[in-house]
Amino acid sequence: MIGKRTSKSAIALVLAGFAASSVVMAQSSGGDPLAEYREMMGDDNPAEFSVMRGEELWTTARGPNNVSLEKCDLGSGPGVTEGVYANLPRYFKDAGRVMDLETRLLHCMETLQGIARADALEQRFGDGAKQSDFEALAAFIAEDSRGLKLSVPLRHKAERKAYALGEQIFFYRAGPHDFACATCHAQSGVRIRLQDLPNLTDAADAQKAYSGWPAYRISQGEVRTMQWRMRDCLRQQRFPELGFGSEASVALITYLAHQADGATMEAPGLKR
Amino acid sequence: MTRTIALAGLIGSAVLLPALALAGPQDISGEARSVMERSFSAKGQAGMDRLEQDEVQQACSRTPDAEPLSMEEEDRLMAREAAAIRYPADDNFAGDWKEGEKIAQYGRGLQFSDDPAARVGGNCYACHQLSKTEVAYGTIGPSLHQYGALRGNDPETVRNTYAKIYNPQATMPCSNMPRFGHKGILTQEQIRHLVALLHDPASPVNAE
Repeated sequence: MIGKRTSKSAIALVLAGFAASSVVMAQSSGGDPLAEYREMMGDDNPAEFSVMRGEELWTTARGPNNVSLEKCDLGSGPGVTEGVYANLPRYFKDAGRVMDLETRLLHCMETLQGIARADALEQRFGDGAKQSDFEALAAFIAEDSRGLKLSVPLRHKAERKAYALGEQIFFYRAGPHDFACATCHAQSGVRIRLQDLPNLTDAADAQKAYSGWPAYRISQGEVRTMQWRMRDCLRQQRFPELGFGSEASVALITYLAHQADGATMEAPGLKR
Repeated sequence: MTRTIALAGLIGSAVLLPALALAGPQDISGEARSVMERSFSAKGQAGMDRLEQDEVQQACSRTPDAEPLSMEEEDRLMAREAAAIRYPADDNFAGDWKEGEKIAQYGRGLQFSDDPAARVGGNCYACHQLSKTEVAYGTIGPSLHQYGALRGNDPETVRNTYAKIYNPQATMPCSNMPRFGHKGILTQEQIRHLVALLHDPASPVNAE
């Protein structure tokens, strides 16, 4: 299975390049070390390992019902992975709600494979010791939309509602620090420490930020998904924990996706 | 500046002003709140009470297409926040700029992943330039380099600096800056150290 998308020698090259450019990153304080790193990596991205693992997970029979996810409908019919990520989040009639990719995968694990929700969520985020099925599946499915234009047109009223709720939550200030998403992400050309902050109310900035998720996070050594990104931003806002697949998480992702409409998808990306 | 002066007169009469409705104009804001209640759960030191908004947070959560706060609402909120500032009992703002620099550098604390017993930082460098020697500074807030050198160190100015860190909403409605004293993020002593970092002529903030 490993040989299907990338040869073993190419993987060795990826790892060698990864190690070498970590040194470059540590030494370079001016310029843009991440850009240098990306250039050095060329088309190689450690996320490729997750893509391969995700493909295998998609086609392998698992769970109490011992079936694969190939009957899972991500919006273009059962089993279709090509292009679907560029049209998510969207309303799913069978679930009666708007879902982003990870929420839909969770739904399919529960309804098709018969996996208990709590069991599925146990490894929603990889931690080095234990890999996440969601992160691998999201990397695989996102890659099948590379080069396509993101289109989340909010045709269904539930999608428009999710967008409006997402906008409300984006500007919702609370907690000991009075932070909202908007505190850091509603003005252009600013940074936190040395990290540039995308203005997610601006189409060009939102497109650039959104198109690269899921992404391999160099600092974490894992592929991270939009669900992870939302939860971790809100952690830094000093909020309680945002539930994986929750209405608020889907609303925020719907808001961001529509802000980024028209972006050329480049996921899985490579981020610091 | 004129707003600040006008505000001084308002502080005394704030209690006489009728309470102004601050609820957002869109019906959906109430629904957003209940969606959040269903979507979050308490973790570590971050309880669900953190989703509750005080008056300032509610007033400052408006979406771009919502009607902006009126001048009257802004004045009333500023007066309210200013009246709640707790100054050091002896009006002694003396602190140690070296301690202040540590607080300005340190960004941990109050996240659900943080140890509740661990110290909490101000993380000033996340948003502000301060000492020239620290190049990893953010730009969400203005540069504070040469803060004291430019403004002087007269008692009124130093007092206002303390007030600004304690509660920026008292002088700038819907400022992005946390209310470090008002919300108990930093202690009075920690804020005094930050005042020293900004005003002490020996502080690297005031170096050329």
